Amino acid sequence: MGFLVRSPGLLASVQGSGRPGFLRSGIAEGGALDLKSLAIANLLAGNAPGEAGLEMTLAGAELEFTLGNVVAIAGADMEPRLNGEAAPMYRSFAVQPGDVLAFGPARSGCRAYLAFAGGLELPLVMGSKSTNLNCGIGGYRGRGLKAGDFLRFAAPLAPLRIAVRRVEGRRIAPAEGFGSPVAVLRVIPGPQAESFTEAGLEAFYGGEYAVTARSDRMGSVLEGPAVGAKGPTDIVSDGIPLGGVQVPSGGQPIAMLADRQTTGGYAKIAVVIDADLGTLAQRRPGDRVAFSRVSLGVAQRASRREAAALAALARRLGS
Amino acid sequence: MPRPSVAPAGDRAIVVSFGEEISEELNDAVLALDGRLQSERIEGVLETQPTYRSLLVRYDPDRASFRSLARRLRRLADGGAPAGAGPARVVEIPVAYGGPYGEDLPDVVRHAGLSEEEVVARHCSRDYRIYMLGFLPGFAYLGGMDEALATPRLPTPRKAIPAGSVGIGGAQTGIYPQRSPGGWRLIGRTPLRPYDPDRDPPFLYGAGDRIRFRPVSEAEFLDLEARIEAGEA
Repeated sequence: MGFLVRSPGLLASVQGSGRPGFLRSGIAEGGALDLKSLAIANLLAGNAPGEAGLEMTLAGAELEFTLGNVVAIAGADMEPRLNGEAAPMYRSFAVQPGDVLAFGPARSGCRAYLAFAGGLELPLVMGSKSTNLNCGIGGYRGRGLKAGDFLRFAAPLAPLRIAVRRVEGRRIAPAEGFGSPVAVLRVIPGPQAESFTEAGLEAFYGGEYAVTARSDRMGSVLEGPAVGAKGPTDIVSDGIPLGGVQVPSGGQPIAMLADRQTTGGYAKIAVVIDADLGTLAQRRPGDRVAFSRVSLGVAQRASRREAAALAALARRLGS
Repeated sequence: MPRPSVAPAGDRAIVVSFGEEISEELNDAVLALDGRLQSERIEGVLETQPTYRSLLVRYDPDRASFRSLARRLRRLADGGAPAGAGPARVVEIPVAYGGPYGEDLPDVVRHAGLSEEEVVARHCSRDYRIYMLGFLPGFAYLGGMDEALATPRLPTPRKAIPAGSVGIGGAQTGIYPQRSPGGWRLIGRTPLRPYDPDRDPPFLYGAGDRIRFRPVSEAEFLDLEARIEAGEA
């Protein structure tokens, strides 16, 4: 028993910490695009940070519970409502059989995460519950959710009232708004940065790029000042790291995300640092980004700070 | 061979690039470094991804610094040719050519100006190097097809090609590991599943292996397919 999908919204899929280890075979790590928001939702629900929950994009789902549990929401604000009343974000709460949890369009941010205490009962495919939509594997039948789908809880807290009390009502301060007009993404210069002209690099680092509607879980397709190259930007295919920003011949960059193709033949001007991938994933079509060069030291310290903050949160919540 | 470049690919990966062309020599160097890394089990190295001409090394910066890892990679890459590397593993792929399995075989026959038997014989006559996997899960970039078989892609790609289809696109040949759209000319199909997420291991081959196509009759194809379906093969 778990919940019925009354409506999936624009795109709802099961996502956890991903499926690392198969780059050499052509499958990217996948998983939640904003891992930090997923982790916060999970910690609030008493789960491990990478447990699989629901990732909802731009417009959220409507779910009807057939079994009680504790859930938590983080990430984009889709104005969640429980039986018509405003439901909290960044705070765990109990749901009862018959309750309807409905999400609307995102007011700010792009992706909301819903975590279920005890996780979802789904098979591990190649070691993961995360859905890879292109490969058609993982999650619920390898695809995004559809109306009428029924997902089961793996180990819901409902039958154990004491456990519910322990987890229910946990809260943390919400993340800073995702709605800033321009998000600055820190990057490390990419493996083919020398393929671009001085003017091209200036355009890239000095300009602002809008996220287009062609963006998906594979990549954020950007539009802004064209990035000029010294010659053709086609290269002999090379591995594409997570966050790699490639520039096809048109000069418009594409930032590659968790479900990207693992190899590609376009020059990579830069790579978005790990700590800023969540910020990028929360940009929605029309939102703008800018790129700022940082050193490896700065990037890795930023990651460590994020990890330490999550660890502190986990300690505080006693999970 | 020039010295490889070792550079960051973001803050959690390093790319070791040996050059910018498709050649067996460069790919050998990539695979040799990959092999050495696999056997050395360096602290902090999470995963490696060999490509035509580079090796992407994903690492955990809390367990290995870029500097120390880059130094180590440079040293390992300078080891030169894959000394002591055994002969490549050959994976035999049974293929039913032509007919309903390879609808576009007549196009290749016409384009090559050879008989159908000759086209099939040439396609099976050599072992193909797997340079890398990418594009789709388990899709192998193969090298070394007989140039006489090169045939332009279809003017309009098909919306769905069955898994196991063997095709020719320009000077390349390959196997579609899963049902997908595609524009290659289909010349045959294998009953094997190059990629099966529910099998362990999910992939039949990896970079550095060789593919050898073996022509089979329709009867043998159906028999193999039934045995694979039943989990016996």
